[in-house]
Amino acid sequence: MTEKKIRVLIAKPGLDGHDRGAKVVARALRDDGMEVIYTGLRQTPEMIAEAALQEDVDVVGLSILSGAHNALVPHVIAKLKENEQTDVVLFLGGIIPKDDTKTLLEQGVYKIYGPGTDTREVCKDIREAVKMKA
Amino acid sequence: MTSALIDSLRKGNRLALSRILSQVENGTETGMAALEELFLETGNAQKIGITGPPGSGKSTLVNALARELRQRQPDKKVAIIAVDPSSPFTGGAVLGDRVRMLDLEVDKQIFIRSMASRGALGGLAEQTEALSQVFDAAGYDFILIETVGAGQSEVDVVNLAHTTIVVDTPGTGDDIQSIKAGILEIADILVVNKADRPGVDQSVSYLRNMIEMGYARSINNGKHHLQDFHEDTVNEPAPAGWIPPILKTIAYEYQGIKELTDAILAHAAHLRQSGQWHAKDQASIRANIRRQLITSLLSDFNQKVPTNLLDSLIEKAQKRAISPNEAVRVLLTYNRIISLESSE
Repeated sequence: MTEKKIRVLIAKPGLDGHDRGAKVVARALRDDGMEVIYTGLRQTPEMIAEAALQEDVDVVGLSILSGAHNALVPHVIAKLKENEQTDVVLFLGGIIPKDDTKTLLEQGVYKIYGPGTDTREVCKDIREAVKMKA
Repeated sequence: MTSALIDSLRKGNRLALSRILSQVENGTETGMAALEELFLETGNAQKIGITGPPGSGKSTLVNALARELRQRQPDKKVAIIAVDPSSPFTGGAVLGDRVRMLDLEVDKQIFIRSMASRGALGGLAEQTEALSQVFDAAGYDFILIETVGAGQSEVDVVNLAHTTIVVDTPGTGDDIQSIKAGILEIADILVVNKADRPGVDQSVSYLRNMIEMGYARSINNGKHHLQDFHEDTVNEPAPAGWIPPILKTIAYEYQGIKELTDAILAHAAHLRQSGQWHAKDQASIRANIRRQLITSLLSDFNQKVPTNLLDSLIEKAQKRAISPNEAVRVLLTYNRIISLESSE
């Protein structure tokens, strides 16, 4: 029997083209032994939820540097719910002003990471969250 | 739990399908039970393998093919299994094939699933065949299986697919590459992708030479117009043997995709007419049973043989007191005696 791998979807919703951060995180999770599905730039919330469904991921990571997080994140959450994928851990990375983090966390985002985050922290958090879910 | 999931899958619930795919991929008890039940409902899908070197455009081609198949046959469903390698060091993986398949995601009759190879070396993951069976049972008509970027000997896909497409690009070797054994000889259809690049005609001519050498006899028996056959191919009645057509595509510009789709459908028709569809199915079931038999015999054997016996034999062999062959003989003899005793 194979060990249960943690599957993570890393996606960039919206229109900003800065995917360096998303790629760094994808690589870090890979090096931590997870299976990362990387979908690339300019995803709609619907596309992200669809990919999460088809890939049966445990975790979805969104990278947003455009400032559109207040519009995009609730939309992604709604689409995941529509697909009955309510147990997915959702985390967020990018430039997110402090004033917005509280609302986003209340809406169901698990963690928010800004610039300079130690990727080991992200890996550790994800492992804990997935363990708690199981 | 299993039967509720399977019921939802039969009703077309895609989350249930996705969950079963995970269970099967992870080899859980739920997954294996589901697979046993679902296998009885398989046998309808055409499985199409797409293989070739890294960066040759397999994902882009799969994307275009899925779109074309859906446009042509809107009542049919398409599944894509895209395999990418796992790290040999951490077991992790970045599965990036979806990046080239973005325009498919809104079409709910197309289901894309990424798989990590998890240490398997033949270009597929261990459970790729099992996942294709789940899709088959779930009513997907075409299952496109994209291998890991393949070198010369990652040829497992041929045992699984009805139709194997080998994708090459211009400028990747000379005519000696094309007569080597391995990946080229498994092709039912050869594609030279990125045909807007220099060297495309030379690549096609190398491949054509290879085909001519291999199929000289069957061509001479027939009317022999190999050139014509390649040019306006596939709508003609298939010859007694299938001669792999060589097609030029530019996948990201959607060029050559119609011709490739024609070839895929023609190949399916050829397999059915010639009885090879049946034969391939039989061979893949035979291989499947054999593989499982070996696994369970081995685990049964390992349970019977005490580890200290194995360890002492390894030690003896390491001292060059006995050979590994002799160690195996001793183990087999031991096993036979134990079996006799327990049957008395």
